[in-house]
Amino acid sequence: MIEVNDVYYVYPNGVQALKGASLTVNDGEFIALMGQNGAGKTTLVKHFNGLLKPNKGEVLIDGVNTKDVSVATLARKVGLVFQNPDHQFFCETVEKEVSFALKNFGFEEGTIEKRVNWALNLLDLTQYRDASPFMLSGGERKRVALASILAWDPQIVILDEPTIGQDHAQKERLRQFIVQLNAQGKTVIIVTHDIEFVAECKPRIILMADGRIVAEGETNKVLTDPELVNHASLVLPEVARIFISLRDFNLPKDVVDIYDASKVLLERLGKTK
Amino acid sequence: MATEKLAIIKAKSLTYTYPIGAKPAFEDVTLEIKEGEFVILTGPSGCGKTTLCRCFNGLIPHFYGGRLDGEIEVAGMRVVEHQIHELAQHVGLVFQNPENQLFALSVEKDVAFGLENLGIPREEIRKRVDWALQMADILDLRERAPYELSGGQQQRVAIASVLAMHPEVIVLDEPTSFIDPLGAQKIFEVINELNEKLGITIILVEHRLDLASRYADRIIIMSKGRIVLDGEPRKVFDSEEARLVGVGIPKATRLFQILREHRFNISEVPVTVEEASIVIKEALKRDRS
Repeated sequence: MIEVNDVYYVYPNGVQALKGASLTVNDGEFIALMGQNGAGKTTLVKHFNGLLKPNKGEVLIDGVNTKDVSVATLARKVGLVFQNPDHQFFCETVEKEVSFALKNFGFEEGTIEKRVNWALNLLDLTQYRDASPFMLSGGERKRVALASILAWDPQIVILDEPTIGQDHAQKERLRQFIVQLNAQGKTVIIVTHDIEFVAECKPRIILMADGRIVAEGETNKVLTDPELVNHASLVLPEVARIFISLRDFNLPKDVVDIYDASKVLLERLGKTK
Repeated sequence: MATEKLAIIKAKSLTYTYPIGAKPAFEDVTLEIKEGEFVILTGPSGCGKTTLCRCFNGLIPHFYGGRLDGEIEVAGMRVVEHQIHELAQHVGLVFQNPENQLFALSVEKDVAFGLENLGIPREEIRKRVDWALQMADILDLRERAPYELSGGQQQRVAIASVLAMHPEVIVLDEPTSFIDPLGAQKIFEVINELNEKLGITIILVEHRLDLASRYADRIIIMSKGRIVLDGEPRKVFDSEEARLVGVGIPKATRLFQILREHRFNISEVPVTVEEASIVIKEALKRDRS
């Protein structure tokens, strides 16, 4: 469980990125942290694995204050995949990259080999085992970054802007993958401003603006509320916009994806046929 | 104008292989883009779309090397016979991540940089910079340092820098992927103005078709190094091939397709939210009466 209590954070250059953020994330939840660039999303998740420590307030991971433990200890529980995977890589092969943390955590050779094989296979990277991470495409590099974190099986997986640079099919695979991780009981947190992706995944949404949490709730509620969405400088999903324009027809208002939308519309028209 | 618009980009049987590539990045591409067209170029990662765009301003073959076969002509110049700096005056390139393109200490200096390099007189530079800042709607940012700006503002600075060169063609490679939704919308609006008001030919490489499609005259889809679809957005999005290639068809079009499968009677294929609203309202009204 993640508990964030009234956290303030100022970067050394004077930028005040968090101004009293509070939230709770329970085990096994799927969360999307949304808001415009500069809202404080990335700063907040860097507090979850102890990369940053609050200037004021506290962050507790399973009841332990992040100030009292090292990043290495927290990392066992909290895996953070950066927005730009290149910030994470430093080994000469994909295999070394994925096994690096496992070695640091002191796993046995046999276990390391098994876990690396498992992670490479899971993310369809086995063929790149001996390749340099830097020779791969952007989408492949993102998968290596994710594999290297899943290899040590953290309970909480945080993905910072996972859909950037991914094409349609890759996004669909990513969506299925997140659902699968979540179904295994992992807490999954995505940081994103990809509204259409979120509308399809339907996580619990936490909206940030100007260093604070401004709203929380189910996708169907948050992303169909023009005032909330506007306050967070986002835009409504396409389907929500279509349904707002249909408000005179007495249809449900909390529709964000095309499957729900077509069901509602077909039902309406089926009734009178 | 009664006369037929001229082709500003002409490619014939164009095939290119990178120096370290085992197989061509794209193959047998034949393509004409007319003056003033707004074209979206899309397709799965690795389909060759970015590589193709690198031919438009001569980065291929002059910078990347490799093997280029076939013919490519831009603004009446054969690309292989002209240097990048000559071509850059006709074709401006805007990249995915604006941070990679900006380096000066003020927005104004960044926008003036390319012009200073061309040896253009001071007074003319000032005029062009003012005009480009205005078109990109960043006049108020002229004294600011690019690194202090939001991603969306930075991308508009990058667009202004390219615009100041007075190019006939602007190629933008996923210009909004790092940018939040409101910032992205603003960028597409600016690009649309350049096309509509100034008649600049736009080639937009993009995955996010839902936001950009409303502005395009034409969509080209590439897959595995070849052009597989080329036409008006409505027709392309509604084709079986587009679904098979796996591009992100706008939600408005997909919703319509699902409804149509269930004999929901809608005549015209919608591409935008506004169009979808209109056709669905009509169907609901018919149902009421």
